[in-house]
Amino acid sequence: MQYSEKVVDLFTNPRHVGTMDEDDPNVGTGVVGSPACGDVMKLQLRIEDGRIADAKFKTFGCGAAIASASYITELVIGKSIEQAEAISNREVAADLQLPPVKVHCSVLAEDGIRGALEDWRKKQAAASASA
Amino acid sequence: MSLHLPIYLDYNATTPMDRRVLEAMMLYLTDEFGNAASNNHEYGYRAKAAVEKARQQVAALIGAEPKEIIFTSGATESDNLAIKGVAEARGERGEHLITCGTEHSAVLDTCKHLQKHGREVTYLQPDQFGRVVARQVAEALTDRTVLVTLMLANNEVGTLNPICEIAAAVKDRGALLHSDATQAVGKMPVNVNELGVDLLSISAHKLYGPKGVGAMYVRRGVRVLAQMHGGGHERNMRSGTLNVPGIVGLGAACEIAGREMAEEAKRVSALRDRLERGILARLDEVTLNGHPTERLANTSNLSFAYVEGEGLMMRMKDVAVSSGSACTSASLKPSHVLSAMGVPDELNHASLRFSLGRFSTEEEVDYTIEQVVRAARELRELSPLYEMARGGIDLNKVHWTEH
Repeated sequence: MQYSEKVVDLFTNPRHVGTMDEDDPNVGTGVVGSPACGDVMKLQLRIEDGRIADAKFKTFGCGAAIASASYITELVIGKSIEQAEAISNREVAADLQLPPVKVHCSVLAEDGIRGALEDWRKKQAAASASA
Repeated sequence: MSLHLPIYLDYNATTPMDRRVLEAMMLYLTDEFGNAASNNHEYGYRAKAAVEKARQQVAALIGAEPKEIIFTSGATESDNLAIKGVAEARGERGEHLITCGTEHSAVLDTCKHLQKHGREVTYLQPDQFGRVVARQVAEALTDRTVLVTLMLANNEVGTLNPICEIAAAVKDRGALLHSDATQAVGKMPVNVNELGVDLLSISAHKLYGPKGVGAMYVRRGVRVLAQMHGGGHERNMRSGTLNVPGIVGLGAACEIAGREMAEEAKRVSALRDRLERGILARLDEVTLNGHPTERLANTSNLSFAYVEGEGLMMRMKDVAVSSGSACTSASLKPSHVLSAMGVPDELNHASLRFSLGRFSTEEEVDYTIEQVVRAARELRELSPLYEMARGGIDLNKVHWTEH
């Protein structure tokens, strides 16, 4: 597959690869995709004072899936929760110039943000209920 | 000797043309431009003589008579012609065909086309190595079966079908046997009489010849109805002005293969084993797809658990291979061959095919081992699946979100 320079760069030198403590109440974890479909992304967000303080990812997938995940971590850090939720896959696909057959990789990245925020909200709700 | 990068280990996709083949062709691309059908002057006679020499060269490689060789544009056309041509010619006998899900799309799509037009097709279930056995064929054959089409060697995994035994079963019931031998011819001895096939497909560019030319072997007495109509070339089976330089190239490639194949197969087989051993010794959770022994000597199809094939290929930048991963195909479906063999989707996506050939070297193999091992380790560090598996999570029990 012929990719843009940006995809090749992000795939070759992915940013923010890693794992945060899943049990940390300030960390939200989203795992989206499936091995059978050929891509799985785990995105973790650390939320402090209503902002995304840090993001980490791991991805099983093709070049575009890894690049999209790396790109989303860069986009999301420093944003408010509302701003993070407003990030759309179209933005990722356009910025990375993904070929049409690879647009689903950017959808996975968007789903990752939603999944991570949903997990964080559940934890917050559980924490305030037990407090 | 310095390495020529990227290293080419995709010989089952296509091969570089041998310089000796090009030399044989040059004259027919330039001064000897005649039409082999021009039966009225010296230009035509000389073109025809060149075509007939090539016909002998192709026939000699597979133990056929020159008259039994029909030149085509390649194996896809040969497959189409053999299958449709026999189905049409034998319509009175019946409309049943037998094939297998591991076949090349040139065979499968042709069978599907015939199904749409009222024929019945049985798709045999291969074993875990991609093999079909004679007993399965015998059980599927009926008095109305016109043709069985099963490949000699699989393009993705290299597995060899026991065509000889299958042929006996087919003959017993009065059906005909076609074999797509695209990957086998030039890599291993192929003799149409020993195999017992009635039709066989050959492609020039898989054996160091030019692209766009191939041949179909058709046993004397077997009727095949033309699919390309026109001037009645090739004993009325395939009309169209003959591609003289291409045909000369196919002939030269066959002659070289006949002379050098035995030595070459030994050398390539040792390189392939070195590659496989080198990778397996240094990486865990790598599985071989295809038959461990009944396999082409040049092919190695491996699945690297927890990493995706396209990503793996991109990481090993300077090595040209191919993958069963859906991400390399426009259809977004993983390899139909591995699926038919029962390889789970996640290992299908994680597969790479290495195919070696005439110009592969030990140095290239060693370089490739380094690249593959490094790339797979890096991507496993990046893989959430690897992390989960190492953490003791059974990936088959996780509830994944399909998308």
